[in-house]
Amino acid sequence: MAGVTLTEVSKTFGGVAVIQGLSLDIAPREFVVFLGPSGCGKSTLLRMIAGLETVDGGEIHIGERRVDHLPPGERGVAMVFQHYALYPHMTIRDNMAFGLRNIGTAADEIATRVEAAAKSLEIGHLLDRKPGQLSGGQRQRVAIARAIVKQPELFLFDEPLSNLDAALRVRTRLELAQLHQRLGTTMIFVTHDQVEAMTLADRIVVLNDCRIEQVGTPMDIYLRPATKFVATFVGSPTINLLPGKASDAGGVALVTLADGTQLQTAVPMTGLTPGDTTIGLRAEHVRIAADGATKATARVVERLGERTLVHVELADGSPLVAEDAGISSVRAGDVVSLNINAAAAHLFDADGVGRHAA
Amino acid sequence: MATARASKHDWPNALFVLPYLVVFVAMIVVPLGMGMWLSTTKGDLFGVEANVGLSNFTRLFGDPIFLETVKNTFYFVLLTVPALTLIGLGLALVLNTPARWATVLRTIFFASTVLSVTVVTLVWRLVFLPDGGLLAVISEALGRTPIAFLNNPDLAMPAIAITTIWWCIGLPMVLFLAALQQVPRELYEAAALDNAGRWTTLRRITLPAISRTFVLVVIIEIILQFQLFGQPQLMTLGGPNNATRPIVLFIYETGWRQWELGYAAAAAQVLFAMILIAAMAQYLVASRKGAQ
Repeated sequence: MAGVTLTEVSKTFGGVAVIQGLSLDIAPREFVVFLGPSGCGKSTLLRMIAGLETVDGGEIHIGERRVDHLPPGERGVAMVFQHYALYPHMTIRDNMAFGLRNIGTAADEIATRVEAAAKSLEIGHLLDRKPGQLSGGQRQRVAIARAIVKQPELFLFDEPLSNLDAALRVRTRLELAQLHQRLGTTMIFVTHDQVEAMTLADRIVVLNDCRIEQVGTPMDIYLRPATKFVATFVGSPTINLLPGKASDAGGVALVTLADGTQLQTAVPMTGLTPGDTTIGLRAEHVRIAADGATKATARVVERLGERTLVHVELADGSPLVAEDAGISSVRAGDVVSLNINAAAAHLFDADGVGRHAA
Repeated sequence: MATARASKHDWPNALFVLPYLVVFVAMIVVPLGMGMWLSTTKGDLFGVEANVGLSNFTRLFGDPIFLETVKNTFYFVLLTVPALTLIGLGLALVLNTPARWATVLRTIFFASTVLSVTVVTLVWRLVFLPDGGLLAVISEALGRTPIAFLNNPDLAMPAIAITTIWWCIGLPMVLFLAALQQVPRELYEAAALDNAGRWTTLRRITLPAISRTFVLVVIIEIILQFQLFGQPQLMTLGGPNNATRPIVLFIYETGWRQWELGYAAAAAQVLFAMILIAAMAQYLVASRKGAQ
């Protein structure tokens, strides 16, 4: 299995930079997810690795081989497209065999591989149908099977779940995770859905505005977001960001909110300038509690079953999302007390760079 | 019950198609019927003299000049339709790119289509003229004797076919371009990742994707080229020795020179049947292939 190395890779479209001097190392057998909003360059980066976009600067290596000058077919990669890209006039069997026939694989070897891939994805009964006769979920399985039969060094997935309904998306996500465990092949998966990224990835690469914001394990990204953008993009509901003033309290930051609430964080003051700051608090660290020190008014209550999200307003009018138990008596308009776990808070400086508890 | 109730109340909807239906019946169905009726009569512009049944048709199939025109028309269709289809497809494949040079060339290749048949034939007469024509000048420059294309029974029809291909190439090219631009780019990307070379991509991805347009172009061109008239009328007058006389020219001369309207109408019915059979056969073959 091969890893992938991107060195100072860049790409421009008509004078507009979409990827700027990006470097990244992906280990063999790793499942890496490129996560970011629309237009951040994640799909372009994937297509550059596949050879579907030219590289304007830098180098791409798959394993030991430099590939950025090679045509797509010679890079040893297989790709699953967002809209499946199955050949409509060919049967499923021919769709899967097409790539192997083009490189002169023996007919019995092709038949064996096609049968094996079809069996593993439970599409054996569809092999003689055409893509137009299949449902969206079945087409997606065929697209994955078509990638598997090539036995590539690297799998590339370009938002493959975005055309599936919610239930099928969850099921296919699970199957992809199992597929990765079974094959052990290096995989790169592009998505704008943070849940897909968190559940599938060994490592997430968060991209924004043509560059990498953070690379890390899902929990790294969630617990220690490098920037304000990463903190807001990952996690549901979105992290609470409140302006406050930081001061030194025994080596760690004490943040005073606009309503006067004082929060003793665990963020070291080292390198932090006292004064204006932004504090980031995830909803699970802002609990509704009878003995809570901070008063707020509930505006909207969202009951999700296993937990309740309460959108509240602090005394100064700042909005905040708090969490309560699944069975909650809070109603819109109630005055509630909040128990804020300030030790789990993040601070962001004026440039949006995150600071966390040591 | 529901169907009966729906049809009872839905008849005002038919009013929406009525304007077109009136025009269709008046301009297509009635003339078609009149033509069929005329083909069973003997008469001129001043009126029908007698009803002669199918004798016009029996006379036609014993008329060596008519049979020659049928042969000429088939020969012309054979010369032009495959060439128009393949050259149109080739041009579309080459020019299916957003580059500026392709836009310019697309316009140039389509430009000939907007010219009238008189202009086109005039231009090509100047090309084929044995005395001072373009080809003659080139032949002389190469030290060869100029060929009188339009006066040679073997070369006159190919010359008219070349003129027609030059004139008509715009339509198939544009139809193929439209079809090519409908093929999803992802299919080509998947093919590139599947190691498909240019020829494989053309044969296995592009051509199957545009097969419906291929059939459409062939049917349209069969219908158009069976109706050959202006080019031989203006370039050769059907000569030399009837070598370029097509069915429509025969119909025109029989009807408007010899005033045998019934006989001309019978020839028109034969042409109508030929076009219908050719187009239907092509359609059936293509749809059977598609179903497989």
